[in-house]
Amino acid sequence: MLDPRMFCIFFTAHTGLLSLGPIDLTIIVLYFILVLGLGIYLRQFAETSNDFFMAGREMTAWIAGLSFISANLGSLEMMGYAAAAYQYGIIVAHAYWIAAIPAILFLALVMLPFYYICKTHSVPGYLRLRYGEGARTVSAVSFAIMTILMSGINMYSMAIIMKVILGWNIHFSIWVSSLTVGIYVMSGGLLSAIFNEVLQFVLIWLGCLAIPIAGLIETGGWHGLVRRINAAMPGQDFTHLWHSLGSANSNPMGVHWTGVVFGWGIAISFGYWTTDFLVVQRVMAAKDLRSAQLGTILGAFLKMMVPLIVIVPGLLALVVLPFKLVPETMAGLPGVHTYNEVLPLMLARYCGPGLLGLGITALIAGFMSGMAGNVSAFATVWTYDIYQPLIRKTASDQHYLKMGRWCSLLGVVASIGTAYLVMDFSSIIVYAQMLFGFFIVPMFATVILGMLWKRTTPAAGLWGLVAGILSAFGLWAWVKLDPAALRYVAFSSNARDMAENVYRAMWTLIIGLTVTVLVTFFTKPKPDAELHGLVYGLTPMPSGEAIPFFYRPITWACIVGAGFVALNIIFW
Amino acid sequence: MRQMIPIWFFVGSLLTAYGVLILIAAIQGEASSANATLAMGNLHLQFWWAGALLILGPVWMIRYYPGHKKHN
Repeated sequence: MLDPRMFCIFFTAHTGLLSLGPIDLTIIVLYFILVLGLGIYLRQFAETSNDFFMAGREMTAWIAGLSFISANLGSLEMMGYAAAAYQYGIIVAHAYWIAAIPAILFLALVMLPFYYICKTHSVPGYLRLRYGEGARTVSAVSFAIMTILMSGINMYSMAIIMKVILGWNIHFSIWVSSLTVGIYVMSGGLLSAIFNEVLQFVLIWLGCLAIPIAGLIETGGWHGLVRRINAAMPGQDFTHLWHSLGSANSNPMGVHWTGVVFGWGIAISFGYWTTDFLVVQRVMAAKDLRSAQLGTILGAFLKMMVPLIVIVPGLLALVVLPFKLVPETMAGLPGVHTYNEVLPLMLARYCGPGLLGLGITALIAGFMSGMAGNVSAFATVWTYDIYQPLIRKTASDQHYLKMGRWCSLLGVVASIGTAYLVMDFSSIIVYAQMLFGFFIVPMFATVILGMLWKRTTPAAGLWGLVAGILSAFGLWAWVKLDPAALRYVAFSSNARDMAENVYRAMWTLIIGLTVTVLVTFFTKPKPDAELHGLVYGLTPMPSGEAIPFFYRPITWACIVGAGFVALNIIFW
Repeated sequence: MRQMIPIWFFVGSLLTAYGVLILIAAIQGEASSANATLAMGNLHLQFWWAGALLILGPVWMIRYYPGHKKHN
């Protein structure tokens, strides 16, 4: 029997940062009704496993692109990077520019054709075709673990919002919100996730854009904000992207430019954007290769714009909030707010009734789609890359469809446990970056060599992947056991958590690539006949000559690339 | 296979409803001076947002109304 007091928690906000009025609550409730209604409506379109796991491969470039970038723009992105901007300054915008744009364009122009032409269902599926079952199993298991852990982050973020804004009990929020997502994803699979992501993208921009607009007017524009930050933080550079990266001691993050370029810009970025199946799955659902490529490039453009609603609020908080925020480890102390709460706090500062409801709905939508994305990716990899090859090789399509639905729910339940792990980390984003370093960066080393070098052998793919994962864990454990080791791993004993992550990713990539290359020279490669459609030089690439110049992916990639260079120069 | 209603129709419907609700909240806030306590309350952001939503939402709703035209 449910305790009636539990229901009161939903409608009382007296212990939170502020009270929501009836209109704010109506806005939130309308969103939940639409999301659940969409899930139920889309169930009729998920009749086969291909519909459920790949959305029938019928998405246009716009839908695929919005979904691609929204899968990345969850509550993790928004709250985590806003918190990181408060801690480290504009340097965090590297996550949106150098640590995203080159990798996304590389995915669109170079890697996507391989994924698309070989018609695989997943990145581990590509590894099976290229290297065999061993590499596929290792990558599938590690990816499944990562999605569950990432899903936990989204759940925790949601609970934070509920705690700060509404005063809900954090544990109660985790359980209630996860149940909603479970029902929703179970109904429509990837199609539900994609629809929710498009909706989320619109809501996030409409819900959060008020913060930078009002904040920049309050501080006297960008230059006024810079002046006030410099006055409030003397001796520290919070407002330059590259200027302070000549030494690890001259920026709040404690990172040298080599870490930003090689660790963040190459290892983490290329690993995440080109081999994290959660995002790649979205563009693989496009109706044809050109739509997939254009959708990806559209995603790159949208990604470049996101700092306006995430980084700028973090910077504004440095000068407009009347108190200092503290690490997550100090959460619960009376009267303090943590870094991770910066975005809800800024929302509360500028948004009145109605607008506040919209902003909170945007954050909830970010959580919902972030979690739904991870759960749907988990369901796909579990069913296609673990259950089907290892547990039940031959079964009907309906059986795998049913398995996908049930393991969506299982993924949600497993995520609940992992949500509690996040509470031990000083910042959500630090935890997420750490996971990418453990699981995604090693996979990138294996995938990229497999795509571009036909000599790479199946044994090398497997052992390179294993070596990468083990080295990532080893480096992390080394610093945990002996903090003095930070000066070797991150080239500075002053390195903060995020700097340690980017350097660890760099070492992991180097080790993964080295082991793969070395093992290749001592083992037997696959014959060319088995590599058609999988490797550069043995895959017929579609010619773009018949397409007008204006519609070619390369044209738009150049335009986005030029914008990326311009932004780096402007904020140098 | 059945024709799927475009996602943009759902988005437009939701934004229209939000526009109406935010407009009501804005009028209530002005009447009761509740918005005076907000930072930068003089910008009247709610009215601007309600206006934007009430333009964007109906445009998407009409453009992607089921059966209006073949869309995805």
